[in-house]
Amino acid sequence: MSSMAESVPLAQRARSRRARLHLTRDGLGTFVFLVPLLAVFGLFAWFPILRAVVMSVQETNLVSPPTFVGLDNFARVLADPQLEIAVRNTLWFTFLALVFGYPVPIVLAVVMSEVRKGRGLFSALAYLPVVVPPVVSVLLWRFFYDASTHGVFNSLLGTVGLGPLPWLQDPGTAMPSIVLESTWANAGATVIIYLAALVAVPPELYDAADVDGASIWQKIRHVTLPQLRGVLLVTLILQLIATAQVFTEPLLFTSGGPNNATLTLLLLIYRYAFQNSLGGEYGMAAALSLMLAAFLAVFTAIYYRLTRGWSTSS
Amino acid sequence: MIGLARRRPARNEALERGIVSAAERRDRRTRLTLRVVQAATLIFLLVVGLGPILWMLKASVTPTQDTLRAPMALWPHGIDLGQLATAWSRTHIDRYLVNTVIIAIGSWAAQLVIATTAGYALSVLRPRLAGLVTGLVIATLFVPPIVLLVPLYLTIVDVPLVHARLIDNYWAIWLPAGASAVNVLLIKRFFDNLPREIFEAARVDGAGPFRLFWSIVLPMSRPILGVVSVFAVIATWKDYLWPLLVIRNPNLQPLSVRLPTLQPTTDLGVFIAALTLSSVFPIVLFLIFQRLFLRGAGLGGAIKG
Repeated sequence: MSSMAESVPLAQRARSRRARLHLTRDGLGTFVFLVPLLAVFGLFAWFPILRAVVMSVQETNLVSPPTFVGLDNFARVLADPQLEIAVRNTLWFTFLALVFGYPVPIVLAVVMSEVRKGRGLFSALAYLPVVVPPVVSVLLWRFFYDASTHGVFNSLLGTVGLGPLPWLQDPGTAMPSIVLESTWANAGATVIIYLAALVAVPPELYDAADVDGASIWQKIRHVTLPQLRGVLLVTLILQLIATAQVFTEPLLFTSGGPNNATLTLLLLIYRYAFQNSLGGEYGMAAALSLMLAAFLAVFTAIYYRLTRGWSTSS
Repeated sequence: MIGLARRRPARNEALERGIVSAAERRDRRTRLTLRVVQAATLIFLLVVGLGPILWMLKASVTPTQDTLRAPMALWPHGIDLGQLATAWSRTHIDRYLVNTVIIAIGSWAAQLVIATTAGYALSVLRPRLAGLVTGLVIATLFVPPIVLLVPLYLTIVDVPLVHARLIDNYWAIWLPAGASAVNVLLIKRFFDNLPREIFEAARVDGAGPFRLFWSIVLPMSRPILGVVSVFAVIATWKDYLWPLLVIRNPNLQPLSVRLPTLQPTTDLGVFIAALTLSSVFPIVLFLIFQRLFLRGAGLGGAIKG
């Protein structure tokens, strides 16, 4: 990104000249360059978003023409006993993901930021699980979670006299097992974000703390963590948005089982639309995804408010 | 992250200080504690982070019976490289891998073409409605992908205006991949910062908008195109749900979609070999472009929703 950094003063000069630059303004050339954007966003982003809103008030299947049903789809979703289960499970996933996954990257990043030689090795190791395709990680971990005494994790637990645990096969341990894999697969990305933020803590603050005779622990407590507050809030919101939409893991680990213990909101939307023996309940799926979107929009808005300073500053 | 990087452009890691001061680093006990903590962290990363990946590599060349009976033992009855070969040819990992590569190349090309042309139009040519179009692109960032899932699927089943059915057609993956607001905005912002003087000079020399785009703007944008490319390829490689929905023909499906269906009918050792083969490409790509990833991940995290 260094070239971005260097080009900033040029950009400021450029801005003042922009008014004088008239390149075939609004001519055919400009239009040709806009066509790919307009066509692809029109067909595959803007149109489907509008269509989701329309579908949510329609009874739609692919056979007969859609009919207007008002808020029926919303009412049917809200009356579905599975909704409560899905909401509870999704909240449970979000909570567990915070407990397992939120503190670990902070600790790792703070320790790693003080490594002088071979920090690249640390970051590469931390990030490696992130590049493994999620399907591969899930299928691999599903084998690790084998509930027999010969299972990978159970045989590890056995060597220290614990277990065997039922892992994915018990409604109580299924969700924590999924969260554990998901934390393994995603924590590295957060570590890298924190490392970038730690580098940006002004060294003068640490100098000042040294003058005041602060210990290393006190510096972490009173300088580092307060300086990270902004980025910690951002990753918290990112994690909330991401965990509210967890899908691949519960689908591939347990398909929502056992006994719906890992049925999440996205899995429910997927069931409405694509795993319905009576034909796709596209209206209900659209209604539920819009409700979830409205809820997440609050977090998204906060997120963009927080990061606006970063994004527009260059 | 861009803003953060700018604050201190010429950072030299060896000279800059962090939490621990130079004086504290000279203290013997502090240094020892630091070493122990760092060593413990390294071991943690090796065992917990790398461990599962290493186990996968090991199991892909271990006979199935050994893996089942003693999953943690290191090759009690030798190595079986044949599993990798079997996975490659007999379970047709080769074909599915080719499908994945074709899908990844197409998605990459679609994302680059759309993001660069759009970024150029919105940032450099700036037609009258550029502000509105940019706003509409930003608006899509606020819509979680799940909202698009069903209507986008129905759009693929019957594309409006042209009335084409794109099920089992890779365009069903390529075109929606191109509708990436993050890419368009990232590239637009990069173009915003390119010096306008050069554009004007080119114009005076008689370069039209196409010439300016191809010979000046694109060559100047290599760094950002690199970041967008690497993330585009990795994202496509990881994708599961969308190709599962729109590519139904098993012979056309990418690896990620095939793996879960292969598992019940495949010998465990061969199956883990298949998992290894499908992870090799992204891992190698990561190791080659590490810097791009480790910087870009911060960048992506700061902008992506």
